[in-house]
Amino acid sequence: MSTARRLHGALAALSGEAGNQGPDGIIMNQRPLSPHLQVWRWGPHMLVSILHRATGDGMALVGLAVLVWWLGALASGPEAYATFQSVMGHPVGMLVLVGLSWAFFTHMMSGMRHFVMDIGAGYELDTNKFWSIASPVIAVVLTAGFWALILLR
Amino acid sequence: MGNGTSIGRVRGLGPAHHGAHHWLVQRFTAIGNVVLMSWLLVSLVMLGDYGHANVTKWLSHPLNATAMILLVISLFWHARLGLQVLTEDYVHDAGTKFGVLSALNLATIGGGAFAIFSVAALAFGGQA
Repeated sequence: MSTARRLHGALAALSGEAGNQGPDGIIMNQRPLSPHLQVWRWGPHMLVSILHRATGDGMALVGLAVLVWWLGALASGPEAYATFQSVMGHPVGMLVLVGLSWAFFTHMMSGMRHFVMDIGAGYELDTNKFWSIASPVIAVVLTAGFWALILLR
Repeated sequence: MGNGTSIGRVRGLGPAHHGAHHWLVQRFTAIGNVVLMSWLLVSLVMLGDYGHANVTKWLSHPLNATAMILLVISLFWHARLGLQVLTEDYVHDAGTKFGVLSALNLATIGGGAFAIFSVAALAFGGQA
């Protein structure tokens, strides 16, 4: 199965296309397979897609909780805020904050990629593969840059 | 839902163009998130001192309070849409799905309301 055929299969499955049900059975036999973890080969396109969902839902569950705690502690006064600061200053808290910032930049970069694809661009196989790899890599660079600014300032 | 005529097979499956609203709002809020998170991250770098007095002073400023409230709305809305899709993908039982989506609404609206109230309380000078 060619790479182009695989991509078409993925697009058809994602768009909910029923398949080419032509009158001739030949086309039916060439119907693309639906995405399946045991059948599909791992690639950067899959990785960036899974990362987008994992980082997005991770931020929704953990990141929003930290944001609400931060704002609530600020409004509740210096003592409540000191508790928040001591937890976030702990190595585990720092790991959560660094993880959230990485999740944000990763989600932002793959989201930017989605915006480009939404206007119909970037579907060429080489271009698509390049940005699938570049998006998470740029996100790691942005995360490192952000913390460098915070810590070295 | 019938299984006879073509209209019978699609009746009750929801109106056409219905899905576009979710899709569009997810993108509108994504743009809001990019703009407002850029503001927040730049502000955090500029703040330097993360003590209660300094952060409170910064957040109490009308412009910052407004931006933070808008950020909370945009983030919680976007997250609610994302978690809804996650639920719809993996929770197939209709009753359980209804329960999860109800809990999602309570959590996002409740969390967002508390966050907005906290910012407003600071901006209006009160201690909650």
